[in-house]
Amino acid sequence: MKARVTLPATILLSSVLFAACGNQAATNTTTAPATTEATTTTPAASTSSTEATTTTADFKNETEQYRTYAIGEIDSFVTETEKFTEAVKAGKLKEAQALYAPARMHYERIEPIAEALGNLDPDIDARAGDVDDKDWRGFHKIEQALWEKKTTDGMSEYADRLLQDAQLLRAKVETVEIDASMLVVGAVELLNEVSSSKITGEEERYSHTDLYDFVANVEGAEKIYEILKPRLAEKDPDLEKQIGERFDALNKELAPFATKDGGYVTYDKLTKEDIRTLSQNLDALAEPLSQMGTILGV
Amino acid sequence: MSKKDSSENKTKSTPVQSDVDSSTEVSTESQTGVFKKPVSRRDMLRLAGASGVGLLLGGSGALGIMKATGLTKQPLSDTPGSAENVTTGITNVGDEHSFYGTHQSGIVTPSQNFMCFASFDVTLSDAAGLRRLFQAWTKASASLMAGELLDGQNENPNLPPADTGEAAGLSSSKLTITFGAGPALFDHRFGLSGKKPANFADLPAFNGDNLQSEWCGGDLAVQICADDMQVAFHAMRNLIRIARGSAVLRWSQEGFQRSSAADPNQATPRNLMGFKDGTANPSVKDNSMMNEVVWVQPQDGAGWMTNGSYMVVRRIRMRIEVWDRSSLADQENTFGRERVSGAPIGSHHEFDRGDMEAKDASGKPVIPMNAHMRVARGDGSMQILRRPYSYSSGMDKVTGQLDAGLFFISYQRSIDKQFIPMQQRLAQIDALNEYIQHIGSAVFACFPGVQQGGYIGDELV
Repeated sequence: MKARVTLPATILLSSVLFAACGNQAATNTTTAPATTEATTTTPAASTSSTEATTTTADFKNETEQYRTYAIGEIDSFVTETEKFTEAVKAGKLKEAQALYAPARMHYERIEPIAEALGNLDPDIDARAGDVDDKDWRGFHKIEQALWEKKTTDGMSEYADRLLQDAQLLRAKVETVEIDASMLVVGAVELLNEVSSSKITGEEERYSHTDLYDFVANVEGAEKIYEILKPRLAEKDPDLEKQIGERFDALNKELAPFATKDGGYVTYDKLTKEDIRTLSQNLDALAEPLSQMGTILGV
Repeated sequence: MSKKDSSENKTKSTPVQSDVDSSTEVSTESQTGVFKKPVSRRDMLRLAGASGVGLLLGGSGALGIMKATGLTKQPLSDTPGSAENVTTGITNVGDEHSFYGTHQSGIVTPSQNFMCFASFDVTLSDAAGLRRLFQAWTKASASLMAGELLDGQNENPNLPPADTGEAAGLSSSKLTITFGAGPALFDHRFGLSGKKPANFADLPAFNGDNLQSEWCGGDLAVQICADDMQVAFHAMRNLIRIARGSAVLRWSQEGFQRSSAADPNQATPRNLMGFKDGTANPSVKDNSMMNEVVWVQPQDGAGWMTNGSYMVVRRIRMRIEVWDRSSLADQENTFGRERVSGAPIGSHHEFDRGDMEAKDASGKPVIPMNAHMRVARGDGSMQILRRPYSYSSGMDKVTGQLDAGLFFISYQRSIDKQFIPMQQRLAQIDALNEYIQHIGSAVFACFPGVQQGGYIGDELV
């Protein structure tokens, strides 16, 4: 159908489809009964906190795919973090600076998983002011030393602690219950991460490596979309197509900032117009992405 | 009540007054006060006839009328809804709050539709100058709240008019003006350091604060509320004007909520996240509760603050775009309330207390442990009086997103004992933190009310 309709039109269109009689919906999907069900139960969504448990079984294939992906990323995260922390402990400032952002990308791709594991996210990723000063540790504590103070001095203990936290994350991830609802919410949360801190350059306030996090968050969200794509195509092909197009648009906006060594330019190189365009493209993607919950039914 | 209401009601013999009547602070005294020749903005309109506004704006016509009457005061608020008013199309006579009283207005006053908030830096260097500023503000405020033109030269063609004029012909619109002093005022400049209340200081840093200096602090603050934005702006503008040379504007913010016209039932207003905001507020009609929660008592120290109240201001930006793409379940779990009804999750009515112990089938709390309403309540031993407004300040130029949120104002007897512990809890674990950011912060000691012949802060300077 109309692949390029604007967002509000699409939302309107979807709701019209859902509210419409079964045969109109049936032209768009082979699962007309599910559509009807969605119509009749929408008002009950407010008590839907248990919905995930009822749909978990149906998405076993998808959640297993994601578990494999997440564990792969966390494995790489531990490996790369170890390289980084070793450089910090060895007093190799330049090397530590170079390893910092790429190691973090593995974490940023699966951040919602880490956030589901209690206090690990603040331990690993808190920024100055997010937690009490005495509790502040993790990447950004070391980032401050490496870029603002331009030294590795005094960071050995923090490096050890960071590696321990990363390993703890690896151990704990086995215990995370991944369900379809978590994937749907997680994809949006990854983009929220970008619009809440990366887009303003607040995340990497000393190193200005925000674009690494930005790209990794978007990649993490895109991975979830890729996994859920067949189910989405079944349920709402227009939405599936629209999300795909908006990922393409955002990635196209990001492409010019990639450097030859596989990294990204520092955030202070971006113009005001660059930042606003990225922000607006991100919101344009996140809005339809937040509609992916439609595959869960109610 | 808006101007539109006025014109719609002009043929009715009994004007709609219910929202005014419900207020306990409407003045029915005549405005004697400190003015020699007060002339109400509406007197002018009445004299000018039904098409008065155009005539007033024409300038010379209004001047002529003012001269002809000798600027004598007409009785106003003691004749609400009189035949005279009906003929001029004015129906909201009597919507003035009294400037004078035991307490300042604008604290336990039911929230008006609009707010203008201004924080000032005092540029004077002596107590006598500060006193003169307070006296001038007092005189102007009593006049503004009574719906009168500012006293002075308003008819001399060779002078700029004393009143800036944009509220001519408009009613008081329940205008309230509330003054407070920030901790910064108690430094060496005015010899007030000995009078600084114990523990009265800028708020400590809370987790997640992202305060920007352009939205923080101030020597003095004025909270102006009215049911008409132009009336509120007029008051703020004229107070700023009077302060020129004595105090400069440090920052200001306009705010709004759903209007009384849009919701005649005056149900709990909704914030910009779509949730009811203020359900847990203590009742302003409960005097003993207000003495317990809001009004500084003689035993609280700093005698000049007795019958005053401490104000906390936080400019809280909402991550509107992020919130808009959160699922309904996430939104409700964030607040711990149902969006439509405002009821605690698991309960049925807005004012149900909510079952904090209830667990779902899987053993998880029905109201999440980090839900805003649960964390804000704590053990229920401390309350504050919230009096917030929504704000919208256009676009964030960096991101192209909306710069909108909550202009949080609360009043309490003790910031230390009431606000800070609550905010520390919220800053630690409130689920809402994912969707908001505290951008601005200030505290002000709001003076007790002013007696006839007195002036704001007269027990301080």
